[in-house]
Amino acid sequence: MTPGVFEYHRPNKVEDVLALLAEFGDDGKVLAGGHSLVPMMKLRLAEPAHIIDINAIASLRGIREEEGMIVIGAATTQAEIMGSDLLNEKCRILPDAAALIADPQVRNCGTIGGNCANGDPGNDDPAIMLALNASYTLQNQAGQRQIAAREFYEAVYTTALAEDELLTEIHVPAPAKGTGMSYQKIKRKVGDYAIAAAAVTLSMSAGQCTDAAVALTNVGDTALLSLEAAEAIKGSAVDARAIDRAADAAMADCEPVEDMRGTVEYRTAMVGEMTRRAIAEALSRVAGS
Amino acid sequence: MPSKKISLTINGEAVEADVEARMLLIHFLREQLNITGPHIGCETSHCGACTVDLDGKSVKACTIFAVQADGGELLTVEGLANGAELHPLQEGFFQCHGLQCSFCTPGMLTRAYRLLQDNPNPSDEEIRMGLSGNLCRCTGYQNIVKAVRYAADKINQAEGAN
Ligand SMILES: Cc1cc2nc3c(=O)[nH]c(=O)nc-3n(C[C@H](O)[C@H](O)[C@H](O)COP(=O)(O)OP(=O)(O)OC[C@H]3O[C@@H](n4cnc5c(N)ncnc54)[C@H](O)[C@@H]3O)c2cc1C
Ligand code: FES
Ligand code: FES
Repeated sequence: MTPGVFEYHRPNKVEDVLALLAEFGDDGKVLAGGHSLVPMMKLRLAEPAHIIDINAIASLRGIREEEGMIVIGAATTQAEIMGSDLLNEKCRILPDAAALIADPQVRNCGTIGGNCANGDPGNDDPAIMLALNASYTLQNQAGQRQIAAREFYEAVYTTALAEDELLTEIHVPAPAKGTGMSYQKIKRKVGDYAIAAAAVTLSMSAGQCTDAAVALTNVGDTALLSLEAAEAIKGSAVDARAIDRAADAAMADCEPVEDMRGTVEYRTAMVGEMTRRAIAEALSRVAGS
Repeated sequence: MPSKKISLTINGEAVEADVEARMLLIHFLREQLNITGPHIGCETSHCGACTVDLDGKSVKACTIFAVQADGGELLTVEGLANGAELHPLQEGFFQCHGLQCSFCTPGMLTRAYRLLQDNPNPSDEEIRMGLSGNLCRCTGYQNIVKAVRYAADKINQAEGAN
């Protein structure tokens, strides 16, 4: 299983990546962790003529907080996400989810930017970015733009990322006090993609839910934001009835296909169950409630 | 064929070689250098038989290119023993029956080596999660967990004695 022939580039600066992307267009591919791209290349489902390895660029790694934003470098690995004190304290849904992605070896290589840019509906981070209302910094030689994750995903392996663009940063609004969050994923075995998974964030004030978001993994062409599920809990005390209504709404919104991970009915039911569990856990994590 | 010169350290020895960009690290080790400890099980990034330690991290050598290891420090199962003296993990697998056919063992050992470097006293649960990227098709994981526990205890005792 050897990939096709390509030329390997390992630039040290973002500008050099952008120049190579501009030069090669469709023939060039960014290599981050390589744990989606290399398997595709081995199967010859991807045969880029040029590989642009971004692992030598220190500025693309790291996690910091600035002006109410948590800023994550695109080439930060899942292992680094799991080990981040900042994220574990302020945005634990990301390290929690990272622990549910693949296995230790894969997490040592796989990056959060690769997970978000890949466009595979099986990836776990996109739904979380939808729930967190994160945005992505995309750069090309002409400049940079900031695009909401909620506008990024178009279809299977189709995103708003242009051929000459590099995802450099992920911006997550630092969750306000009184916010709880949870990612619940059911899979066949450790290391597998989701049968179904739900990401939930919710904010409580005086016993009432003031804001909420619910997003789903691997039950549609892209990660799905379920606005109806969020509406079902907003304004409520997030009691059992509201949670059931949200689960029903998420099940109505999802569009799973039958595959080796289960039938449509089963996966739909699991969307409901993961939504219920994620809401309950997010609620239990609202500080002081 | 575009090829690149790479230099790296493998089990403490400096190595220089010309590699084709598309050559996977596992093929470079096994076919070009005849370092056949790391195995090819699935070749699809799942089984962990190809696990090696690159710059202090466990990675699957079937899913990275040899050119990516340029400048790196690599450890394979061949580098674990100290001369004729087995590494405590190797001794643990031997004592606790942590292998049958041994196909998965080089990957298990290199992965467990890094796990104990990162977490010298793991719980059984942490051992299981730590080895979750390594599949064994015959032993059953019970004895593998015991073997890692054995090694952790032995290493910790030796360090306590110092
Ligand atoms: C055994 C196994 C199990 C797995 N299980 C899961 C799982 O349960 N959940 C899950 O979410 N994932 C899973 N994965 C996939 C893994 O998380 C990948 O690491 C991830 O999907 C891609 O990230 P990467 O850094 O490896 O990207 P790469 O493979 O390097 O790249 C993926 C794609 O994104 C592009 N890209 C990468 N970075 C950028 C960037 N900064 N800017 C622009 N484009 C970019 C590449 O050009 C490529 O098209 C699994 C993988 C394996 C091998
Ligand atoms: S051979 Fe590399 S993971 Fe199986
Ligand atoms: S001992 Fe045979 S596969 Fe593990």
